Amino acid sequence: MHFTGRDGEAVQPLLQINDLHTEFRTGAGVVRAVDGVSYSVDAGETIAVVGESGSGKSVTALSVLRLIPNPPGLITAGSVTFEGRDLLTLPEPQMREIRGGEIGMVFQEPMTSLNPVLTVGRQITETLEQHRGLTRAEALRRAEALLVQVGIAEPTRRLKQYPHQLSGGMRQRVMIAIALACDPKLIIADEPTTALDVTIQAQILELMKALTRDRGIALIIITHNLGVVARYADRVNVMYAGRIVESGPAIEIYHDPRHPYTIALLRSVPRLDRPRQARLDPVDGQPPDLTRLDAGCSFRPRCQLADDGCAVSRPALRPVGAAGHAAACFKAAA
Amino acid sequence: MSEPLLDVRGLRMHFPVTEGIVRRRVTGEVKAVDGIDFTVARGETLGLVGESGCGKTTTGRCILRLERPTEGEIIYDGTDIATLGGKALREYRQKIQVIFQDPYSSLNPRMKIGAIVAEPLHVHGIEPNAARRDARVRELLAVCGLNPNFADRYPHEMSGGQRQRVGIARALAMNPEFIVCDEPVSALDVSIQAQVVNLLEDLREKFGLTYLFIAHDLSVVRHLCQRVAVMYLGRIVEMADSDALFDAPLHPYTRALLAAVPVPDPTVEHGRDFQPVKGEVPSPMNPPSGCVFHPRCPMAVERCSRQRPEAREIRPGHIVACDEVR
Repeated sequence: MHFTGRDGEAVQPLLQINDLHTEFRTGAGVVRAVDGVSYSVDAGETIAVVGESGSGKSVTALSVLRLIPNPPGLITAGSVTFEGRDLLTLPEPQMREIRGGEIGMVFQEPMTSLNPVLTVGRQITETLEQHRGLTRAEALRRAEALLVQVGIAEPTRRLKQYPHQLSGGMRQRVMIAIALACDPKLIIADEPTTALDVTIQAQILELMKALTRDRGIALIIITHNLGVVARYADRVNVMYAGRIVESGPAIEIYHDPRHPYTIALLRSVPRLDRPRQARLDPVDGQPPDLTRLDAGCSFRPRCQLADDGCAVSRPALRPVGAAGHAAACFKAAA
Repeated sequence: MSEPLLDVRGLRMHFPVTEGIVRRRVTGEVKAVDGIDFTVARGETLGLVGESGCGKTTTGRCILRLERPTEGEIIYDGTDIATLGGKALREYRQKIQVIFQDPYSSLNPRMKIGAIVAEPLHVHGIEPNAARRDARVRELLAVCGLNPNFADRYPHEMSGGQRQRVGIARALAMNPEFIVCDEPVSALDVSIQAQVVNLLEDLREKFGLTYLFIAHDLSVVRHLCQRVAVMYLGRIVEMADSDALFDAPLHPYTRALLAAVPVPDPTVEHGRDFQPVKGEVPSPMNPPSGCVFHPRCPMAVERCSRQRPEAREIRPGHIVACDEVR
């Protein structure tokens, strides 16, 4: 989304992903995990990327950070511009400055993304020493302050503990503290609460929302949970089989979905705020095999609107409904 | 009301905690389930909800006799199954089956789908004739919405939703009366969950099944269950008809749990004032005194830390273990 700044010149988005393609070469064939994805994130806004397993939502984010293991993964085309720099061509040392420095990361499973043999304190101070050149003592003081900000009681004691001594919710708070340590402009949170219980999930999301809002940090939340998206996101990208099939303001996506997949997905979930239905309305069929995608729309086999035209080529995103709303479907009403 | 099919009374399951490698000594115990009572009527679906560590899965395992309870009775169709052994236990295990959460780890990757579904028939010696067993397997696959030819495939060739259908077909092979469904849709993609929920409903109707439905997804539980029991730290804090529990929850924990579930509608979400419940679930090794929820409870008063609240029937069929609820 581009908008005009004070002096009339176009304000660049904080992050611009353009026509990104990422493949995995596996024994079973080439998996086109990300197949032409473009989206942008403005400073301070919260974007949700929703999709099911294999939709490419995580691989897109990992590609942005150049964290795709090669082999088997390879970014084959596209560009990622972060504050005017192309992250895909940046030399590795500079890229390392960006990861954890200007872009913070929070992953799903805090137990596997924290180092089990380092204390919590060391993991936070390491980031600060690396990226901000603080001394050990300064970094420790800052780490303590960070733990307080993410709602951890007794920070002095916690800094000396190891990840296994903390609960899942506490570990995720530590991850958030690490992500915040260097005052990033953007945080990418990949399923940040999927491994947590409902009441803890709510705590963590409220914390992330408050911290990013207060500091003007942009947030990309990658999730499959449609409720989480509704509560926290300003804008939404819906992914299916490696492509964005619908994007727009959250209100539009939920109240006026245009892509048959989004419509079917929203219809299939039982809701606590509505009377109980006699029967659920599922999305028929199975998710596609990404090694065997043909030229047509990949949602076609499960789509009730599909006809012969849908088999010929892939629909591109085009504007539908209100401003900023787009859907990749030949059949979607304009 | 007629006799319940399953009647659980005063069930306790405490696991010893040991230390030392050469000389193991018991240093404590985890009170996974700490005195719960409930019944399930024939043909009913009872939901058992709660967060990880609340004891819902352990309860299911006790009913399946995968654990021997520390204390209490589990009366199935008039017989206490805690003491069953030998032939009687084998017969019990034909009537009661289980569907697990993870369709990836609960199917043997080296067995074909047909062999997986046929295995219970084989083990219990139900159908010694191979051709008839084969026909039965194909029928079961079809009932669960799978192509009967999938019998010749391996689990890795199938998607998560299809694997879960195989797990369901295997559970049905014995013509069971009662199925413990332990988080049967949690590992599945959103678009597939509704398919499996509908299948479970269809099968319940078709075969007159009774379910104990263990889950943490409250919206799925509300959809599928007639009655719901909410567990917290080994105890049932509230139990009621599904509609009563979701429309007018009484226990502060149930309320906190329901409030924490975000609804897929931005207008609803932005319009509500949301305060997540404080703190985390304490360790079941060392649960709080009195009411186990009192350290996190917004309604807690002084006596809550001293006195364990007894389950009370506040309205007919609506049971709450909280002294502050009137």
